[in-house]
Amino acid sequence: MSVLKDTAQKALQTAISFVPDRWLPGAEPDPMRTKHGLIGAPVSRVDGPLKVEGKARFAAEVPYENMAYAALACSTISRGRIAALETAKAEAAPGVLLVMTYRNAPRMAPPPVMNSAPKAAGASDLPVMQDADIHWNGEPVALVLAETQEQADYAKSLIRVTYDLEPAITSFDVAKTRAHPPENILGEPSSIEFGDAEAALNGAAHRVDLMYRTPRYNHNAIELHAATVAWEGDKLTIHDATQMVNSTAWTVAQVFGLKEEQVRVLSPYVGGGFGGKCLWNHQILAAAASKLAGRPVRIALSREEVFRIVGGRTTTEQRVAIGAKPDGTLAALIHTGVAAMTTHNSCPEQFTFPARHLYAADTLKVAQDVADMDMVANTFMRAPGESIGTFALECAVDELAETMQLDPIELRRRIEPEKDPTTGHAFSSRNLIEAYRRGAEKFGWDKRDPTPRARRKGEWLIGMGCATATYPYYRMPGGAARIRLTREGRAIVSTAVHEMGMGTSTVQQQHVAARLGMSFDAVTFEYGDSTLPAGSMAGGSSQTASISATIIAATEALTKELLKLAGNDSPLAGLKPDQVEARNGGLCKRDEPDRFESYASILGRSQRQEVTCEASGPLPLEAQKYSMHSYGAQFCEMRVNMVTGETRVSRFLGSFDTGRILNSMTATSQFKGGIIMGLGLALTEETNFDARFGRIMNPSLAEYHVPVHMDVPRIDVIWNDIPDPHSPLGAHGIGEIGITGVGAAVANAVYNATGKRVRELPITLDKLL
Amino acid sequence: MRAFTYERASSIEAAAKAAASNPEAKFIAGGTNLLDLMKLEIETPTHLIDINSLGLDKIEPTSEGGLRIGALVRNTDLAAHERVRRDYGLVSRALLAGASGQLRNKATTAGNLLQRTRCPYFYDTNQPCNKRQPGSGCSAIGGFSRQHAITGTSEACIATHASDMAVAMRALDAVIETVKADGSRRSVPIADFHRLPGDTPEIETVLERGEFISAVVLPPPIGGRQIYRKVRDRASYAFALVSIGAVIQLDGTGRISVGGVAHKPWRIEQADAELPQGARATASILLADAHTTEQNRFKVDLVERTLGAIIAEARG
Amino acid sequence: MQGSIQLEISRRVLLISSAATIAVNGVVTRDAAAQAAGSQMNNTEVSFVVNAESRKLNVDNRTTLLDALREHLHLTGTKKGCDHGQCGACTVMVDGRRINSCLTLVVMHEGDEITTIEGLGQPGNLHPMQAAFIKHDGFQCGYCTPGQICSSVAMLEEIKANIPSHVTENLTAETKTTPTEIRERMSGNICRCGAYSNIVDAIAEVAGTKA
Ligand SMILES: Cc1cc2nc3c(=O)[nH]c(=O)nc-3n(C[C@H](O)[C@H](O)[C@H](O)COP(=O)(O)OP(=O)(O)OC[C@H]3O[C@@H](n4cnc5c(N)ncnc54)[C@H](O)[C@@H]3O)c2cc1C
Ligand code: SF4
Ligand code: FES
Ligand code: FES
Repeated sequence: MSVLKDTAQKALQTAISFVPDRWLPGAEPDPMRTKHGLIGAPVSRVDGPLKVEGKARFAAEVPYENMAYAALACSTISRGRIAALETAKAEAAPGVLLVMTYRNAPRMAPPPVMNSAPKAAGASDLPVMQDADIHWNGEPVALVLAETQEQADYAKSLIRVTYDLEPAITSFDVAKTRAHPPENILGEPSSIEFGDAEAALNGAAHRVDLMYRTPRYNHNAIELHAATVAWEGDKLTIHDATQMVNSTAWTVAQVFGLKEEQVRVLSPYVGGGFGGKCLWNHQILAAAASKLAGRPVRIALSREEVFRIVGGRTTTEQRVAIGAKPDGTLAALIHTGVAAMTTHNSCPEQFTFPARHLYAADTLKVAQDVADMDMVANTFMRAPGESIGTFALECAVDELAETMQLDPIELRRRIEPEKDPTTGHAFSSRNLIEAYRRGAEKFGWDKRDPTPRARRKGEWLIGMGCATATYPYYRMPGGAARIRLTREGRAIVSTAVHEMGMGTSTVQQQHVAARLGMSFDAVTFEYGDSTLPAGSMAGGSSQTASISATIIAATEALTKELLKLAGNDSPLAGLKPDQVEARNGGLCKRDEPDRFESYASILGRSQRQEVTCEASGPLPLEAQKYSMHSYGAQFCEMRVNMVTGETRVSRFLGSFDTGRILNSMTATSQFKGGIIMGLGLALTEETNFDARFGRIMNPSLAEYHVPVHMDVPRIDVIWNDIPDPHSPLGAHGIGEIGITGVGAAVANAVYNATGKRVRELPITLDKLL
Repeated sequence: MRAFTYERASSIEAAAKAAASNPEAKFIAGGTNLLDLMKLEIETPTHLIDINSLGLDKIEPTSEGGLRIGALVRNTDLAAHERVRRDYGLVSRALLAGASGQLRNKATTAGNLLQRTRCPYFYDTNQPCNKRQPGSGCSAIGGFSRQHAITGTSEACIATHASDMAVAMRALDAVIETVKADGSRRSVPIADFHRLPGDTPEIETVLERGEFISAVVLPPPIGGRQIYRKVRDRASYAFALVSIGAVIQLDGTGRISVGGVAHKPWRIEQADAELPQGARATASILLADAHTTEQNRFKVDLVERTLGAIIAEARG
Repeated sequence: MQGSIQLEISRRVLLISSAATIAVNGVVTRDAAAQAAGSQMNNTEVSFVVNAESRKLNVDNRTTLLDALREHLHLTGTKKGCDHGQCGACTVMVDGRRINSCLTLVVMHEGDEITTIEGLGQPGNLHPMQAAFIKHDGFQCGYCTPGQICSSVAMLEEIKANIPSHVTENLTAETKTTPTEIRERMSGNICRCGAYSNIVDAIAEVAGTKA
């Protein structure tokens, strides 16, 4: 998403005003967007059998002859210098091949930090084990390589490090006092103001002015971060668990002074990512150690190390103030605040993004600052910004509705904008109110009593809440796809993208089959390998649109090529690409389906075994021209125990407006997954950062409480299924929208149940006693 | 993990002797706590004595009408045992509220009693902790202490005992049978088994070096409504913030034992006597010496509220 | 390009090969290395049966059952998500009972019968629970999935054996297979992708009840 902003936005923003409408991709909407059949069908995952049999091979499971195992020793201070480093005991321990520290690590350039170049993937631009400096509590200070994992793990405990401490900023409360605006927020200005919002707020008939706090969170994908690496001469292969194979290859190449082609990154299966499976220190350290030892290396982080070495969602403090006029329209909308960040990364947690696009207001002020802290670089985590930004904003809207004695859905109807409030662009597709209408009906919103504490069953108070979900539409520039069509009637599509459980491989196989008029089984989708045509990263819910655009481009090239090959003896003779369409394993004239020739016949007559076409997707101009977002209405029914304050979500419904849905089964799963992570965000999850030492104190799944089966009720998911005329396939990515709005829907339901407004997440029972 | 030698014990006496003769030896039962701690090098034995095949996995009636539970009876089997379900429902309930199905299949009766605290600073070998490293200080005081003890604490340690089962055992006055290294046997009432932290939080029970738990004996059943309530941060698979095991008779008298509030299952017999007077009276005696932090103060209120609900449930 | 071809091939090969044929030579190298490096005293020989096949290993005593399966026997279907009993990804069945293989030493399993995900169905002939997981989309990334499946198969047996749970209302009555029972009993298997309700549907179908 940020990469998109940087490359596309800066280059194009000026040019865009001169681009005539018809140049925009999607100006003539993708005809596939309304086709039924394979697209939208609940096709089972192509990798399903492998996954249920335990045969999908993940990064830590790639075997190599003569492989060595790595273990990391990590710093226990937040800032300072290594004063002494005793490694002799570790080096002498059984099975140890090598102890690598800054003293003997190969010289490596710092990884270019994300956003600094199109393929930069560094989570931060700190040098990796190059000097004695310590930047965060948990920074790797030594790597032990041994014959077995048991030996490596033990030997690392023999390493003794002493430090010269330097003052560190490990308290958010302190850091906050020196907060400052970041240079930009993913290419957007850090603050926007129109009109005098504070004055309008003061003069408004109804107003709320509230502070919200959100804690740190960690992704906690169940697959631990791992990599298996091997050098062959000056070529490096990394079997990684990553959502960015190309960017990882490029960035690692910069670190080791190699050409991009010398680094190959493979990642066919990723055991959950959510923004966390990117390039961190461990892949680089494993490659460095492998180089020193001359042996393939496996590095698999422990759960604790994942907390220490891989950043998560940062902590924020947010102010939302809304002033409304007597008719319910808004006089002022203010969303400001501060997020903790480091000085060596760029992830300001865009929590003010929702307020920039969601509601109409006469005046608006959004501004967000960052507070520099000494900690592991925070990073993108499922709907960065939007997840916690909607918590604050949508709780405040709920509070406003209450002060106005208005149904919260009715209030949202009154503040629905006609065009994007900050950019002035037309919405490409926005049906939020329809999502509310359908959601409310299915959920039974009319049975909600607006008076808190009105419903009770035994010890349990019952309440309902709702909130808006929103997430931007992103499409990445720069991807390509290759299609190989064989005479046997198979299509093999290749692009270096990622499958972390979103259903990408299945959905794109459906897409290609539909677009080429072939059966689902006749298509193979190859991905997860940086040597394939460059794909986009799996981030910002952008993969689906990005891949789809490249596949459209590749199929267009293929059609052109096939018509050329068909020649004059074909029923297709003389037809232009836009006069034909694919069906039944061949091409036909659009309005004359009998003028048909099969792919096999075309290839046979031209004596070709196969034809291969590769093409890049067009630049994502649509997102510059239109305000493109996904929307949803989240509905929650909560039960809160009057005695103990325990909370139970008893029902949840998400009603989404995310363009066309491409596979109803995998889409439902993704929405539900987002919602469930939202329940964790709202109720149970929190990374405890001890401000005294800057150390995370619950780096385990026993103490960091992600929801378990018993926490998760029945979840219903519905969608409008209205195609976006300006996106490939009419679709939007849906990986992140599911988590947005959930925090607020839960908090609003808790209020309706108990009469308590909890404005600090997570809503644990002690806050409700 | 530190390297260790491994032996399968041939008899209780041999196991006790072997353990007593080597200060770096440990028994391993289910291993679900010991291995957890060994991986983090919080426990660093150089010798493990596997006690799983000593035939201690039986539950038998005692001549007094109670039950003798072998030390190696798995939590699942204890919770599912017919007589336990019928006569000691509190034990079943407490066990089933703990850990997960998989863990309960491995965890043993003795191991459960001896599991160590879940204090996060105890779990981080890089932080000072008097329990892990006597004299190094207590990081929980002034740190994250939301889950910590509110009573029976000391300047040295505010950790809790994390077992659910032990709370039920305490309410039922279970007796722990042991075999010492010299082959002698003793019976320790559970009230005396776990210690308060005092100045030596590293010493958690009255067991001597090498002393082996052979069984836990439940006295004859006492009837009553047996209720176990565990209040925690998620609906399952989480340790207690507060848990209460109660046996309440028709006349309103009874016993209660509280988990999540102290270094041991917390029961005060004078508080039991107040039960007919209600939750407030009982709780005020139970927690008369409460020492809270800002983060765990809520537990005082929570104990009283939960107790109130239990009394109401027992009456209802 | 080559990589993705390899990927394709390995998918197919894996589908038709039995788990037992995969990379047995790795075992020899590792054991030899471990023995050469460590003291013999800290190693133990252990024999057990994995997925109906006898196995014998000489291992570093520190080796967990999970690491023995993954690193020594190359049965990587059993996953590691925490290594501390906190997630359930490593669930296997030992003599029919589900346990966390990360919190047990392999040397403690002399003579035991171990069933992992690889031993549940046969290639092309999935165990009903595996099939139900596909049908109900009971996973996304698939990483917690082997653990969820092994856990659920053994869990249904626990209900059949009338083992109660935290949500069982009456301790002395017959235990029933309700959605709430399934959810409570499966709570030791965390799924961060959030496939929970689909998993419950899959299990309920196999159990012959409605979720
Ligand atoms: C993720 C997780 C969640 C958990 N949640 C809960 C929970 O909610 N509630 C709860 O109560 N517990 C919980 N537990 C703890 C679990 O109950 C204990 O780990 C288990 O009961 C320990 O039993 P074990 O047989 O595995 O002990 P082991 O790990 O084998 O042994 C523990 C200790 O006891 C000693 N020991 C064992 N047997 C004997 C004997 N016969 N004589 C003398 N010494 C002996 C060992 O030397 C060792 O020091 C949880 C554990 C985990 C990992
Ligand atoms: S409370 Fe006890 S266990 Fe925790 S840090 Fe303090 S001394 Fe250690
Ligand atoms: S890996 Fe064993 S429970 Fe997580
Ligand atoms: S499917 Fe990804 S963790 Fe469960």
